[in-house]
Amino acid sequence: MELSADLLGAIRDHGREAYPEECCGALLGQRQDGTVSVVRVERLPNAREGDRRRRYVIAPEDYVRVEESADREGLSLVGFYHSHPDHPAIPSEYDREHALPFFHYLVLAVAGGHPGEAAAWILEEDRNVFLKEELVSRNPKETS
Amino acid sequence: MKIHLPTPLRPYAGNAATVELAAPTVGAALAALVGRHQGLKKHLFDDEGRLRSFVNVYKNDEDVRYLQKEATPVAEGDSLSIIPSIAGGAVSAPPAEAVALSNDEIRRYSRHLIMPEVGLEGQKKLKAARVLAIGTGGLGSPMALYLAAAGVGTIGLVDFDVVDESNLQRQILFGTRDVGRPKLSAAAARLRDLNPHANILTFEKRLSSENALEIFRDFDIVADGTDNFPTRYLVNDACVFTGKPNVYASIFRFEGQASIFWAEKGPCYRCLYAEPPPPGLVPSCAEGGVLGILPGLLGVIQATETIKLILGSGDPLIGRLLLVDALGMRFRELKLRKNPDCVVCGPNPTVTRLIDYEAFCGIAPEATAAASGIPEISVEELKSLRDRRADFVLVDVREPHEIEISSFPESLKIPLGKLPERVNELSTADEIVVHCKSGARSAKAVQFLREAGFKKVRNLTGGINGWAEKIDSTVPRY
Repeated sequence: MELSADLLGAIRDHGREAYPEECCGALLGQRQDGTVSVVRVERLPNAREGDRRRRYVIAPEDYVRVEESADREGLSLVGFYHSHPDHPAIPSEYDREHALPFFHYLVLAVAGGHPGEAAAWILEEDRNVFLKEELVSRNPKETS
Repeated sequence: MKIHLPTPLRPYAGNAATVELAAPTVGAALAALVGRHQGLKKHLFDDEGRLRSFVNVYKNDEDVRYLQKEATPVAEGDSLSIIPSIAGGAVSAPPAEAVALSNDEIRRYSRHLIMPEVGLEGQKKLKAARVLAIGTGGLGSPMALYLAAAGVGTIGLVDFDVVDESNLQRQILFGTRDVGRPKLSAAAARLRDLNPHANILTFEKRLSSENALEIFRDFDIVADGTDNFPTRYLVNDACVFTGKPNVYASIFRFEGQASIFWAEKGPCYRCLYAEPPPPGLVPSCAEGGVLGILPGLLGVIQATETIKLILGSGDPLIGRLLLVDALGMRFRELKLRKNPDCVVCGPNPTVTRLIDYEAFCGIAPEATAAASGIPEISVEELKSLRDRRADFVLVDVREPHEIEISSFPESLKIPLGKLPERVNELSTADEIVVHCKSGARSAKAVQFLREAGFKKVRNLTGGINGWAEKIDSTVPRY
């Protein structure tokens, strides 16, 4: 997954602000040959009732809205991000059970309110394992 | 009627955002949809055929849960939308320094917490630890139970088997009602019941050179509870390559071994056993039997060593091979040294990536008796021979204690090991059928007899257990 440092920074800010609760949002971008490059991130409300420190859920209406806005902008909804407050950036069993194929999931560890490691994951076709993918994070201006 | 698909499911429907079909109800429409696009099925429905909890179906603008669910009628001109609830959350074990114990957990682990050697700090280490159990059989069962009970935060389980009645004699994760159930769903349910604070991760697949490194990556300690050499070497090599300790045990009949193979601090399994034994030399538990309590003893030793590694206390079983003799009830210990010429963990390794371990252990893929040219006879054919009282000799090559369990009254009983000295009891002129419990030993007997000049000798596929299963259910299977 390609994600500029600015966009990663925006996700880290979101994780810090939401701490100790989990934050979540959408990743919009382009797909090319199995990998994706993220062009825009959009914060979404964590609609989980109750235990927002360990769980997040994105409401269907938010999902539809962000999918439609991706279509309008000529982008693709490529996946979602969420934070793991005081947990590592590894998808949980719960994450896996609720994951969808083809979506790329970015997990951000936030330890004691400080954003830490971010890691990108994609569900294996048989739904059994999340595969970690390389997260390429740099600003376009630095590479040009 | 139109069905609108969300982005991640479109690739299963030829990248179409909408599918056009006709059906009277929501349930029928979804059935028609997965009938047309099979790949959608496992993402929309769970193993029991229920719509997954995160799949929402809307008829026009209304969630069908608030209408008549799957019985909701649909008509021409309606549109259905499948909209996922994107959900997840952290349950994985956090780093030790960031771990906190809830009051529930403090009560649960009280007997640990009052020992200074564990204490709050040690209990937090346990909670932060991630242990991967390879196999949930005789060794993996007690090990996983004790790790979960002790408060190990993340326990991964790798297995692909289904619970069989013959497992229950030693695999204490499972109960009678679990027979026929995938081991991992039964195991995960049992462990979550034992300790709901533990994060149980399941990998329902055969560990392979393709997936081992990926699965190992997110664990700190690997505990090998497998019963076969290819997997044992695979686990060893993958542990060497990922730098993780391999808490090892193995069992056979009344004896067991345990050690910690950790290339960074001591020898690896290959330093001890550079080469696997020839295939067939060392029988598995299914062939040789095992005292049910023995894996309990060894699995608990594995759990003990795992917990010591996590706590960083005591004297770990690194560089020592513990030999357990249950009949004599003696524990002996051998010193192990790192082999400077070890092909994986030595200074000049020649094996630097995972290989084909089946081939390494001399196991040809699909090495069935039929493929190796041993003539076979099915249990059905044997039945017809017996029914019409055909002229043939049935030879049972099992041991006397097995014959007490089940046997054919007319068979000639010659244990496999006695066959060479008693071969003169057989005539090359006779039609001979050889059987054992399930067909492996009798295949060796047929091989031996053919080499000795017997031409009309065949192996009973599936053995007497196959007969019990398919022909005569009054014969016990064991």
